[in-house]
Amino acid sequence: MRPFVYERPTSVSVAIAMASHVDARHVAPTQANTQFIAGGTNLADHMKLGVAQPVRLLDLNTLAEPALRQIRVTDDTIRFGALVRMGEAADNNDVKHRCPLLADSLKFAASGQLRNMASLAGNVLQRTRCEYFRETSWACNKREPGSGCAAMEGFNRQHAVLGTSDACIATYHGDFAQALIALDAVVEVEGRHGPRKIPFARLHRLPGDTPDIETDLAADEVIVAIDVPLEAWSRRSRYLKIRDRESYAFALASAAVALDMDGDTVRQARIALGGVATVPWRARAAEAALQGKVMEEDVAEKAADAAFADAKPREHNAFKVPLGKRTLVRALFETRDMKV
Amino acid sequence: MSNSTSPGGLSRRTFMTGSVSAAAAMPLVATSTKAAESPTAKAAEPRDLSTISMRINKQAYTLALDNRTSLLDALRDHVGLTGTKKGCDHGQCGACTVLVDGKRVLSCLSFAVMNEGREVTTVEGLASANGELHPMQQAFVDHDAFQCGYCTPGQIMSAIGCIDEGHAGSDNDIREYMSGNLCRCAAYPNIVAAIVQARDEIRRA
Repeated sequence: MRPFVYERPTSVSVAIAMASHVDARHVAPTQANTQFIAGGTNLADHMKLGVAQPVRLLDLNTLAEPALRQIRVTDDTIRFGALVRMGEAADNNDVKHRCPLLADSLKFAASGQLRNMASLAGNVLQRTRCEYFRETSWACNKREPGSGCAAMEGFNRQHAVLGTSDACIATYHGDFAQALIALDAVVEVEGRHGPRKIPFARLHRLPGDTPDIETDLAADEVIVAIDVPLEAWSRRSRYLKIRDRESYAFALASAAVALDMDGDTVRQARIALGGVATVPWRARAAEAALQGKVMEEDVAEKAADAAFADAKPREHNAFKVPLGKRTLVRALFETRDMKV
Repeated sequence: MSNSTSPGGLSRRTFMTGSVSAAAAMPLVATSTKAAESPTAKAAEPRDLSTISMRINKQAYTLALDNRTSLLDALRDHVGLTGTKKGCDHGQCGACTVLVDGKRVLSCLSFAVMNEGREVTTVEGLASANGELHPMQQAFVDHDAFQCGYCTPGQIMSAIGCIDEGHAGSDNDIREYMSGNLCRCAAYPNIVAAIVQARDEIRRA
């Protein structure tokens, strides 16, 4: 591991000032010399692997602002402070009751120990588990732009079928992010030029020609809060995660579903898909296919077909298309049948 | 093996503890408060050592460590507490689980320097002074909840955290919330039984 300087900023503004070096304006946060650390579960791992090589770490756990560690629930919003730990949010009774999808997506992610460590903001910024990204001897356009992609013709069983490009097919493995994108969450960020709000759907960038640039954030910007609006569909919401084993594994396919029902008819649906795409993936075509329809088998199946219409499977991951569709159909019926 | 005598007349364990821990780790007793509260000197260069104060098993320590040192390596190689095990060193197996401020965490993914002022509990800190085992340790013995034993300290620390979090209500809950602790010998049924016994005992106490 590359040696690094460790510092403890005392407030958000101090942290931003400390990170605002010249390089922060020109490189992606993941390539910057100075990087923020919160839970560290992703970054420390990547530093051991040589995937991340910061020379200076700024510890966000020493920031003084109490709001960073609070969950505030009002009639129309759940506001998560950026440093709230995954386990705390998953166990919060208001969150569980008002929007089960949020709590479930956290409960089924990682392990108890990791959930106690990982911050919510850090969790949504986690990087891919693509084996070729993690092992530095392989070609990887995300880790080393222009070097190629060993996954294309390699063992790509866990790779993405949606949102891929000729440069990268690495899966975004997070679960909480699927809930956030389905529920129209908004990320509050502070930086050198003051605060700004980013719709969650615009936080992550498709790989395109630049898979090394993963988010809309600058290297000297800090997420301070995540706001989730509470709507008619929040209580009837669910996260279904299908894995190689029952617990503590990344999704082969997952579905985040929230439904506003009028009897058997879908007023509105909110859907996101995990384990199958390069970024948190909102399935708007599937939502449109359900709107105003009675939720029956053929309707749900058509919605699932719409969700995967643009799928581009490769040699080892073609199973994700039928698996992803069945996962979504099952999640739709389980959500419909929830007693709220 | 661990007690075999080396040519120099020192057992391997004595050698490890003597050479690594005594130099770097000074357990501080009554006079420790002031040192433990003093601000950590800022490391200006990446290779500078940082001074870190924390309490480990109710004893104050001040350590001078490279920033790259994980909490796991600090415990094992600098303090000499080798009960906490290194399995994968990448947060995938749970063998390195310890409690930090009462919460179970993976010491392999935590830089030691990030634990300034924290209270760390390892498996060595569980038994009482007279040697009486913690109910969770006793339950693992009673139920034969291990074969090779390498994952056991992590299992025990994780199980204590799991019960404290309120996630040990049913056998299924225990399996789900203990899934971050792998046991290659697959002693899982006995581990669940041990946790159920310890849970009921801790609740009664």
